[in-house]
Amino acid sequence: MKSGSNLEKVLTAGHFAFTGELGPPRGANVEEVRKKAAYLKGKVDAVNITDNQTAMVRMSSWAASLLLIQEGLEPNFQMVCRDRNRLAMQADILGAYAHGIRNMLCLSGDHQQFGDHPQSMGVFDIDSMQLISMVKKMRDEKTFLSGAELDEAPNMFIGAAANPFAEPFEWRVHRLAKKINAGVDFIQTQCIYNMEKFREWIRRANDMGLTEKVYILAGVTPMKSVGMARYMKSKVPGMDVPDEVIKRLQGAGKGKVAAEGIKMACEQIEEFKEMKGVAGVHLMAIEWEHKVPEIAEQANVLPRPQVD
Amino acid sequence: MIVAKRKPFDEIKDMLKGYKKVLNVGCGTCVAVCLAGGEKEVDVLNAELDMARRLEDNPIEISGFTVERQCDREYLEALDAVVDEYEALLSMACGAGVQFLAERYPKKPVFPAVNTSFIGVNQDVGWYEERCRSCSSCVLGMTGGICPVTMCAKGLYNGPCGGTNNGSCEINKDQPCAWYMIYERLAAQGRLDCIMDVVPPQDWRNQTPRTVIQPGYKKPEAA
Ligand code: SF4
Ligand code: SF4
Repeated sequence: MKSGSNLEKVLTAGHFAFTGELGPPRGANVEEVRKKAAYLKGKVDAVNITDNQTAMVRMSSWAASLLLIQEGLEPNFQMVCRDRNRLAMQADILGAYAHGIRNMLCLSGDHQQFGDHPQSMGVFDIDSMQLISMVKKMRDEKTFLSGAELDEAPNMFIGAAANPFAEPFEWRVHRLAKKINAGVDFIQTQCIYNMEKFREWIRRANDMGLTEKVYILAGVTPMKSVGMARYMKSKVPGMDVPDEVIKRLQGAGKGKVAAEGIKMACEQIEEFKEMKGVAGVHLMAIEWEHKVPEIAEQANVLPRPQVD
Repeated sequence: MIVAKRKPFDEIKDMLKGYKKVLNVGCGTCVAVCLAGGEKEVDVLNAELDMARRLEDNPIEISGFTVERQCDREYLEALDAVVDEYEALLSMACGAGVQFLAERYPKKPVFPAVNTSFIGVNQDVGWYEERCRSCSSCVLGMTGGICPVTMCAKGLYNGPCGGTNNGSCEINKDQPCAWYMIYERLAAQGRLDCIMDVVPPQDWRNQTPRTVIQPGYKKPEAA
């Protein structure tokens, strides 16, 4: 075991993993975190805690992760390269580990221009690839990025994101291979709507032997409305939403679109369970945490395995 | 070349409001080429200042003097004889030139008239684009001649990021994704192996003032 996190145990035992996501509040509202966490408890193996997502200031991801631990859930601490330099990053990794955080997700971060402080300086001292190798180095070589020894290693289960859809498509699997070489243990993909393209991506990853070296969790976000699907298609960079998805939601009829969105997500999850190279699902039900129990139920992923 | 843009007129006027006799020093190199601070721009700015101050009933005596290069001691020398006649200096050179001027005449207030913007190229008359952040360890050989530090909005060494959008950068549809271009160029040259390995973190020590001494030269004992 690299970290002994619940997520790592579930994956190494060969179970189909199921992770969730929680966005910290735009304020110091502890109750909101606890309320969202309550919906997720027992329904997922770990919960991603986003780090100033979409470049909007929120409660820090490590602090919200600690609240999650208090509530008896396992956080997956997200860290973006946009907001801190390598000193602050390493300090936060050590601090997070010291407080019981065992999973982390290494991300570049959305550009600051999208958020509520577009005047800020984007740090990007290191990039997500370099962050992965830095955490690995701290864990496995017990040294800081500088090479200096550290007093007790942060044994993190190291995650990263992958976008299976963005052009150039041919480069996608090579980029995954690079992350594996950098030292990633698990991958959570961008939200998947274009199943055909995803199947092709995972086939290539299988052919290159990559899925044997890393656990891949397929990203799923149920569509709440036709408007959301349209927005995702046209406004969210890197998102691939085929027209059929929008058509199917439109066909659901008044008042039934959200249910249809959940049904579509569950169908995807069923397919992922059987798909070679997919080790689990990462459910991003953004601001829809209260629906997670229902989705988990309908997707037949309950009860969650207990691995010692 | 170094590209600069003249500051808004009111900002310049405001910096000079307490001075009645000012010398505007232009520079005949980069800022002249990019139409920001050469002889012509000195004349235009001086005429505007003269007019504005007259309208305010607070006339200014402003002269112009454009040197070949403000970042070169040899050319600054020509100013030594005249500087004393002025209360303050306005410089239309890049930030390096302004500082060199201030360093040479430490008793004179020196004000910048341009905003130094970037190291860039000339796309067309009056149209310039940034190409280099002078990072001090150039990786263009690995990236197909496209700078990831400057052209990628996040300065990534191992791009593209997840936001790359059919050839555009996530920040804007009109901004090409640097890493998409890098991929395309290297793929066309059959050199994708250049970006297969993880590039280690950059040495950012360039944030302290840097010095270059070319082979065969040495730092003079006293400047
Ligand atoms: S890598 Fe980019 S910023 Fe660095 S020297 Fe080369 S062109 Fe300039
Ligand atoms: S989309 Fe491309 S250019 Fe823009 S930040 Fe990402 S990698 Fe850099």
